[in-house]
Amino acid sequence: MKVPLSWLREYVDLPAATAHEIADKLTAAGLKLEAVTSYGHDVKNVVVGEVLSVEELEGFKKPIRHCQVEVGEAAPRQIVCGATNFVAGDRVPVVLPGGVLPGGFEVGARKTYGRLSEGMICSERELGLGDDHSGIMVLPEGTPIGADVVELLGLREDVIELEITPDIGYALSIRGVAREVATAFGVPFRDPADISPPAESGPSYPASIADPTACDRFVLRRIDGFDPHAPSPFWLRARLTRAGMRPVSLAVDVTNYVMLELGQPLHAFDATRLTGEIVVRRTVPGETLETLDHVVRTLHPEDILITDSSGAISMAGTMGGLHTEISDESTDIVIEAAHFSASGTARMSRRHNLVSEASKRFERGVDRELPLYASWRAVRLLAELGGGTIQPGVTHAEVAVEPVRISIPSDHPGKVAGVPYDRETVVRRLEQVGCTVESGAVTPADEMAAMLAVTGDDMLTVTPPSWRPDLTDPNDLAEEVIRLEGYENLPSVLPAAPAGAGLTEGQRLRRRAGRALAAAGYVEVLAYPFVGERDFDNLQLPADDARRRAVRLANPLSEDEPLMRTTLLPGLLKTLVRNVGRGFGDVALFETGLVYRPSADAPERAPVLGVDRRPTEDELASIENALPAQPRRVAVVLAGEFERSGWWGKGRPASWADAVEAARAVAREAGVELQVRADRHEPWHPGRCAALHVGDTLVGHAGELHPRVIEAYGLPPRTCAMELELTRLEDVLPGPAQTPPVSAYPVATQDVALIVGAGVPVAEVEAALREGAGGLLESIRLFDVYTGAQVGEGNKSLAYTLRFRAADRTLTVEETTAARDAAVALAAGRTGAQLRGA
Amino acid sequence: MSNYDPVEVTPLHADEMARMRADALDAITAARDLDELKQVRLAHAGDRSPIALANREIGALPPAARAEAGKRVGVTRKAIADALAERQAQLEAERDERVLVEETVDVTLPWDRVPRGARHPLTTLQERIADAFVAMGYEVAEGPELEGEWFNFDALNISTDHPARSEHDTFFVESVDSGKVLRTQTSPVQIRALLSRELPVYVISPGKVFRTDELDATHTPVFHQVEGLAIDEGLTMAHLKGTLDRFAEVMFGEGITTRFRPNYFPFTEPSAEMDLKCFVCRGASAAPGNPPCRTCKSEGWIEWGGCGMVNPRVLVACGVDPARYSGFAFGMGVERTLMFRHNAEDMRDMVEGDVRFTLPFGMEV
Repeated sequence: MKVPLSWLREYVDLPAATAHEIADKLTAAGLKLEAVTSYGHDVKNVVVGEVLSVEELEGFKKPIRHCQVEVGEAAPRQIVCGATNFVAGDRVPVVLPGGVLPGGFEVGARKTYGRLSEGMICSERELGLGDDHSGIMVLPEGTPIGADVVELLGLREDVIELEITPDIGYALSIRGVAREVATAFGVPFRDPADISPPAESGPSYPASIADPTACDRFVLRRIDGFDPHAPSPFWLRARLTRAGMRPVSLAVDVTNYVMLELGQPLHAFDATRLTGEIVVRRTVPGETLETLDHVVRTLHPEDILITDSSGAISMAGTMGGLHTEISDESTDIVIEAAHFSASGTARMSRRHNLVSEASKRFERGVDRELPLYASWRAVRLLAELGGGTIQPGVTHAEVAVEPVRISIPSDHPGKVAGVPYDRETVVRRLEQVGCTVESGAVTPADEMAAMLAVTGDDMLTVTPPSWRPDLTDPNDLAEEVIRLEGYENLPSVLPAAPAGAGLTEGQRLRRRAGRALAAAGYVEVLAYPFVGERDFDNLQLPADDARRRAVRLANPLSEDEPLMRTTLLPGLLKTLVRNVGRGFGDVALFETGLVYRPSADAPERAPVLGVDRRPTEDELASIENALPAQPRRVAVVLAGEFERSGWWGKGRPASWADAVEAARAVAREAGVELQVRADRHEPWHPGRCAALHVGDTLVGHAGELHPRVIEAYGLPPRTCAMELELTRLEDVLPGPAQTPPVSAYPVATQDVALIVGAGVPVAEVEAALREGAGGLLESIRLFDVYTGAQVGEGNKSLAYTLRFRAADRTLTVEETTAARDAAVALAAGRTGAQLRGA
Repeated sequence: MSNYDPVEVTPLHADEMARMRADALDAITAARDLDELKQVRLAHAGDRSPIALANREIGALPPAARAEAGKRVGVTRKAIADALAERQAQLEAERDERVLVEETVDVTLPWDRVPRGARHPLTTLQERIADAFVAMGYEVAEGPELEGEWFNFDALNISTDHPARSEHDTFFVESVDSGKVLRTQTSPVQIRALLSRELPVYVISPGKVFRTDELDATHTPVFHQVEGLAIDEGLTMAHLKGTLDRFAEVMFGEGITTRFRPNYFPFTEPSAEMDLKCFVCRGASAAPGNPPCRTCKSEGWIEWGGCGMVNPRVLVACGVDPARYSGFAFGMGVERTLMFRHNAEDMRDMVEGDVRFTLPFGMEV
């Protein structure tokens, strides 16, 4: 809302304060300053001149005129001018040499087109008044020669632009802002709506309200014989321009002016285009309306329409119809001022994607008492500026509305604020808002009001003013008192919360996992969770892969990515490609985040429940069941060198083993051990893919990506990845680590080399050794894997160091050898391992 | 004394003894390394050294002379032994010095064989914020990102007609009337906390939220918020202010407080916009004549988030009796906090995942 301060000062006796001081007070009251724009403060030496003579200069491509202009000095000024819309005898604004126009544009005397030009004759745009650059601004006859144009036209203006929150529609008017600023400065407020229309004497045009939920007041006034060519006076155009509206024609400008001043949207019909009674109603099936933007709109059954016997003629409070719109021929005008349903206009505006100054106001709430006054103000202005006769009578259709009354204890605002306000303060502040305050309580109007009711001693019953439909609850009244007493005066008191339990184990795990991966060399990214079918194809997911069942958005940002991710990998892979493209070929990334996994049999809709009570557990479950599972996952991708090459020698490329190790790093933080099994699972390389288990629970996969995936995403060769479901790890957290016995007896070491088939997984051999070695085994370590002629075709040799130790004695060689032999025997039994050299 | 055979024992003469000592000390000084010193030790302090031989002659002296001769030998041997020890230490030190010099490396050589990674500052900043509230007794509450409309809107007193519920602002799950949205705020976690926890409730909930904005320098469709909620008996706006003042101090240092301005949110009443005193200029740049401040654009305050007293209608929808309980809620954007706390100027850097943006943050912010 742009508020020219001169307009504000018409209704409030503001002290000498700067625009910023005024805006600060309004900001503190909840009308937030967006910007202050100053006009005309830099303009100087612009005076009224009379054109004495005009000499057309020949020989130029465009008309050039050399004028003698009387500006009240000893001698006339000679000025060269390219405009042709003025004649000798016109009074015009003239900027003299040394003068300054808006924007700091200095004007001097100079030679041009072979003549001396001492200054410039100005257009409206050159004076900073709108866009009219069609010609020189010709001032009314009799404007005093030599007068200061800045003073004369009120060019000096400060406009404060305020951000108006959606609850306070009344502040979308000079009237509303003036009321707030008067309260803020503690000075009187003169209500611009405080005018007295003549007593009603019958309708001016037949009209009725057919749907009382659509409109509860509908007022029409009529003016005949209006001069459609009468121009809007300068002051009117200037005000509209400063307030951010474009002047159009006198009739339109007047309706806009009254709307800006009072907050009541108005609509002007050409009376001669109306046929039969006007009825306010909802759409009947099949209705259309060509609106004044020349669009034929198919109307929705819930649209609120102004109709006459020809059908729809206007979309209430949103946009008028083309056929009944006033034109530059309209002499008989019907002015509509109504109070339409806020939600009705809001929905209509949204449905048709039509946001107008009127709809903005209606959906935020318009004073329902305004239509009679605003329509009177409009027809009076029209008659005054454009001639014509105000027709006697006024159409006034009305639906009775019970006023809202709210009872609160007088100490309620103080109890909400945490600082006491005495009764007198509470009553005074509410009255400043416009409320009527009486002693005593009323019964709550409905069930919700009863649940929100606040009881106590010294009850006040408050009737909010007609312009504050937002005030319905006890806390609404509390806010009014607290805001006017000043949020800045609230004390600061730290409440004593009960002792909390700190982070959950799952929350701790998430942090540890992130730190572990970062310490291991991975950089965290937060990719968008949007994917497309194409990602699933790129990942080579089979047609029946569960990860292809994804949530689809109705309004995705990109049609290519309308789905919610079911795996973290697409985002990570695209981020990896971006980094490689920016010259970082050795890159290791991780992400922790939710994936969205709808279940096939989930209900399509999550019900939207009521809000007048706590939903039942069944009702809540009906929402939960419709939502997809949203487990948290962690994933890594890596490419290039994991260990860098350098002066120390060759580095080591990222490999499947690093991906598996990343999973182990996370598992270690969870305190669990991962069992690794070979698997075939897209998008991994079928021979380099590990399934990761905790016990029997599958928690993820790791390995090198399938070459087709690498090609599809344009990844570096041998890019590796790991994805693990943290939520599943959280479910198997083993609890606090248990202290192992720490034996001080010496360690006994035995090395074994086993020959097994090349296809035997090492993990199985190790598991057998571990189990077979029994309780004396302290640790086992694979220190060599060998393949070659010495161990035979199709075999490999695994060399292990087994460390044994007892808690209570020094082990004998016989004991450790026996344990080793048992280990080898079990490995032989399970995996066919042969002791090498045996 | 009668059988005394007076024999002249030359080696025990004082001048002879002095010579032996001088020879030994010369040889010790002349030894250039530990091997030479070993030879010198054998020659001048070994079993066959002149001083050892002289020592054996003491018995040949008449008893009256033995004491003096013995003393003379002792002093000489000690002088030689001391000199040997000193030289030994000296030569060892020289050897050590030489070896260590030979082992010198260039410690300025770079070493980034396995460079460390980093956590995303948005993650660690959310943790830091959560920690500040955990220290005040709050617990960290969580909820789904793909949320029921009832949780995201209705229960928060956001009516069906509210502009935020349009496809211009909110991602809807297909179809539009599925009743499911990507949550537009962390506030639905308030509802979940009130429905699932015992009162009183003090929770903080950081998390990802979604709005249909195109990515540019100051907008991103996926961003992060931190939401706080406290519901207890007797909570007031003063408590809200106290809590946020404390939080501001924890995050930005002592003396950094908040300022409230009236605002409107459907789920709080009264509602306030929360400004943070600029932690760089500490508000000074707003006064005329002071140097300008980039962080707050010389306004002295930075817009930080929204807050207010939980609307009793929200309590009703969660089955909490507004006559007994009241409370406050607040929320702030994590990206925005990161922007002004760390001078991050472009939102795109936070979402693109370029390692150059994230690495400087390390593991914590």
